[in-house]
Amino acid sequence: MANLSSDFIGIKSPNPFWLASAPPTDKAYNVERAYEAGWGGVVWKTLGSEGPPVVNVSGPRYGAIWGADRRLLGLNNIELITDRPLQVNLDEIKMVKRKWRDRALVISLMVPCDEESWKDILHRIEDTEADGVELNFGCPHGMAERGMGSAVGQVPEYIEMVTRWVKKHSRMPCIVKLTPNISDIRKPAEAAHRGGADAVSLINTINSITSVDLDLFAPQPTIDGKGTHGGYCGPAVKPIALNMVAEIARNPLTRGLPISGIGGVTTWRDAAEFLALGAGNVQVCTAAMTYGFKVVQEMISGLSEYLDDKGIALSDLVGRATPNVTDWQFLNLNYVTKAQINQDDCIKCGRCYAACEDTSHQAIAMSPDRTFTVKDEECVACNLCVNVCPVDNCITMVEMPKGATDPRTGRQVGDYANWTTHPNNPSVAAE
Amino acid sequence: MTNSPLTPGIAAARLDPATIQANFADHIPAFDAHEARVAADRCYFCHDAPCMTACPTSIDIPLFIRQIATGTPDAAARTILAQNIMGGMCARVCPTETLCEEVCVREVAEGKPVEIGRLQRFATDGLMAKGVHPFTRAAPTGKRVAVVGAGPAGLSAAHRLAMKGHEVTVFERKAKLGGLNEYGLAAYKTTEDFAAREIDWLLQIGGITVKTGVTLGVDVTLAGLEADYDAVFLGIGLAGVNALNAPGEALSGVMNAVDFIAGLRQADLATVAVGRDVVVIGGGMTAVDAAVQSKLLGAENVTMVYRGPKERMSASLYEQEHATSAGVKIIYGAAPVRMIGQGKVEGVEFTKGGESFTLKADQVFKAIGQALEGAPIAQEGKKLAKRAGKVWAGGDCASGGEDLTVTAVAEGRDAAEEIHAVLMGAVR
Ligand SMILES: Cc1cc2nc3c(=O)[nH]c(=O)nc-3n(C[C@H](O)[C@H](O)[C@H](O)COP(=O)(O)OP(=O)(O)OC[C@H]3O[C@@H](n4cnc5c(N)ncnc54)[C@H](O)[C@@H]3O)c2cc1C
Ligand SMILES: Cc1cc2nc3c(=O)[nH]c(=O)nc-3n(C[C@H](O)[C@H](O)[C@H](O)COP(=O)(O)O)c2cc1C
Ligand code: SF4
Ligand code: SF4
Ligand code: SF4
Repeated sequence: MANLSSDFIGIKSPNPFWLASAPPTDKAYNVERAYEAGWGGVVWKTLGSEGPPVVNVSGPRYGAIWGADRRLLGLNNIELITDRPLQVNLDEIKMVKRKWRDRALVISLMVPCDEESWKDILHRIEDTEADGVELNFGCPHGMAERGMGSAVGQVPEYIEMVTRWVKKHSRMPCIVKLTPNISDIRKPAEAAHRGGADAVSLINTINSITSVDLDLFAPQPTIDGKGTHGGYCGPAVKPIALNMVAEIARNPLTRGLPISGIGGVTTWRDAAEFLALGAGNVQVCTAAMTYGFKVVQEMISGLSEYLDDKGIALSDLVGRATPNVTDWQFLNLNYVTKAQINQDDCIKCGRCYAACEDTSHQAIAMSPDRTFTVKDEECVACNLCVNVCPVDNCITMVEMPKGATDPRTGRQVGDYANWTTHPNNPSVAAE
Repeated sequence: MTNSPLTPGIAAARLDPATIQANFADHIPAFDAHEARVAADRCYFCHDAPCMTACPTSIDIPLFIRQIATGTPDAAARTILAQNIMGGMCARVCPTETLCEEVCVREVAEGKPVEIGRLQRFATDGLMAKGVHPFTRAAPTGKRVAVVGAGPAGLSAAHRLAMKGHEVTVFERKAKLGGLNEYGLAAYKTTEDFAAREIDWLLQIGGITVKTGVTLGVDVTLAGLEADYDAVFLGIGLAGVNALNAPGEALSGVMNAVDFIAGLRQADLATVAVGRDVVVIGGGMTAVDAAVQSKLLGAENVTMVYRGPKERMSASLYEQEHATSAGVKIIYGAAPVRMIGQGKVEGVEFTKGGESFTLKADQVFKAIGQALEGAPIAQEGKKLAKRAGKVWAGGDCASGGEDLTVTAVAEGRDAAEEIHAVLMGAVR
């Protein structure tokens, strides 16, 4: 079993799997049971300022979309930050941290955008002995209407300012949690970096309406006939989160800034992908909310087996794929592959044919006995057939060796060459 | 081919060798990777999963299925084997229809359970094929434990004890290890010498010395073992067979089903002789296995006769259907009166609801249950007590639990844990 112990900005945990700030981390009861199940750390459910706690709706707060067999793929919520009194949370945090020294415990914070409020809350949490703070600049609903959460996270200048206050008034490691509801994720990350953040974490949830009740004519979840946009998370958001993590990891202005990867982590493989793109650890919410705390055990065994198979340490995995994330213009235009159907695995459903014939390049032939074969002279290697085939690995993309003739173009497969030097590129022709 | 299903008397090679081979091929074939993926996808990862509760070895079924679903079948195998070192054999022979799969929520919801047994086999076969033994021994404890009987109970205990760092010696009276894994289970459930292969793999843990051809009570005594070892585990199974107590039992052609099966398991199937008209008396797994395998060898008529009603039969409904679909006829509610014949059996007379009838028979298998043969320690009912001082018992020979491979594995493991705790002074 590979050693999974993790050191994220000086915060140690037995594995890189933390629970994200959300209902699973809302109270001592949950957090202790999560630790028992094997979670390496938690970010406590976001705390607000002293005073009467926020109030949640008492109707449904979640909406969802499902895949086949009602597998939950995306979850949407309109929950606010913790609705329990501040002192109750602080007492529980202190008690839990004392009991679970080897686990990470980070406190998520969201208070109004003025220095006094931040100074005050930082002062109050000092005594808990928590390992760090996470600044919630992410929640896109409810709190944003009150000038907090993503309302701050969408303005890089505010992020920088608040981060500075936090670094000024606290010695704790500081993670800035980013909202994905922004056009260029690099900007808030750069701002956090400038403000002195020790790390960024992302993504928080994405603005969304999951569905509409067609009898009530209202968005779901519907509260007394009305609905509002919520925050989207779960497996469906993973691709968006991965891209944002990679963007920050390869941005020269933020290179080396530690990242806690969040968004749709459901299996060990999802986690490994975040790590490979540059995340130092991962945080999970929806997978725990869907399957219970025990789901971490598969993440632990799977990641450990993967590292053993590869013969690498956890730290070797972090960022290993980052250098391979590039711009389109640098992709090798002389790299040629062809789809190939393994006839032993093919169940003759014809989905690849429908996809290619109707919507793509007419590159799959169908015989009267339902044998499906790729026409190399038509195949542009788009990968659509691979993606629609119900059998894993039945269709694969096979690389053509250098010097071979591509039957589609009649050209030989040549050396690496990209768009920047391509004759069709107007800016090349202009030179 | 000289013989056919119609050849009178007891004869071998009623079918051509290729047909016999095909008949005894893997009864439930292994999943390929695609099938396993699709089957694993159906699992809901239930909380406090009913399937796991129903498994006598408490395998973490939702976890191992999720591990298959996420492309880590070796991790799945480790999850299985940590609870059940014979997870490979159990995957083949467990009556899942009355255990984990019976209570799977998808059986309840749709009448189609997650195929837990086949998924378990997919995972364990994969790891075994790589020759990986996933466990290592703890530091030596200096304690020595004797295990008597190398069936699933004994081997499971031996493995767990060796893993804990004890030195284990296994005494087995037969030439081969495995108990009923080797001499009992239906041939088509455990093909390609799986029983022996699994045991070779199990013994890779090390620290287990095997002594075959040694019978407790003949070559060694319990008192002797107690003197020489720190603890003794008895996994001696049920060596005795219940008698019918019907006239004619001594006629030639009348035999114990377990002996027929043991012979069949060790022989080249093409040389196994079977009757043209076979009658099997009994209603358990042994009866079903004797009947089905007779049919597969080419017997023309095979009839299983059970004393009680269908629902009381200890072979599950699934197994009864398996028998009838193999061509076995089952008669319920009929009791044997006597065997008819001169020197060799020619028929059996039964009584059913006050009426009597006779079935033609040139071979009769008795399968009305096995029993303890000799009790080295005190009994609890018809079986051995689970513990007497420094002697523990588990598996078929011991009280409690059903007589199943998986139960034997569980009891062997649990006894080993208890022995360990006692030897290390944690409990008395
Ligand atoms: C025909 C048949 C089919 C079956 N099919 C199934 C099935 O499909 N699924 C299922 O779950 N269960 C099945 N069972 C039941 C299952 O085989 C048993 O429950 C299981 O094998 C019990 O394991 P055990 O280790 O307690 O005993 P056994 O497997 O009987 O092993 C006992 C061992 O102890 C040895 N031994 C006995 N006495 C002595 C002695 N005095 N000295 C030294 N060694 C001794 C024996 O030689 C043997 O090797 C079947 C049983 C039979 C008979
Ligand atoms: C019900 C719910 C409540 C949440 N509350 C908070 C919160 O209080 N603070 C916060 O920083 N993020 C909150 N989140 C966002 C999660 O921490 C996480 O960033 C997001 O769900 C994406 O991860 P996932 O795909 O693993 O769920 C919440 C998410 C959900 C589903
Ligand atoms: S999950 Fe629990 S709290 Fe939520 S609606 Fe269902 S029963 Fe109520
Ligand atoms: S989609 Fe896959 S399985 Fe279906 S016909 Fe095409 S190659 Fe075969
Ligand atoms: S009961 Fe069925 S669906 Fe639920 S965990 Fe067990 S195998 Fe999976």
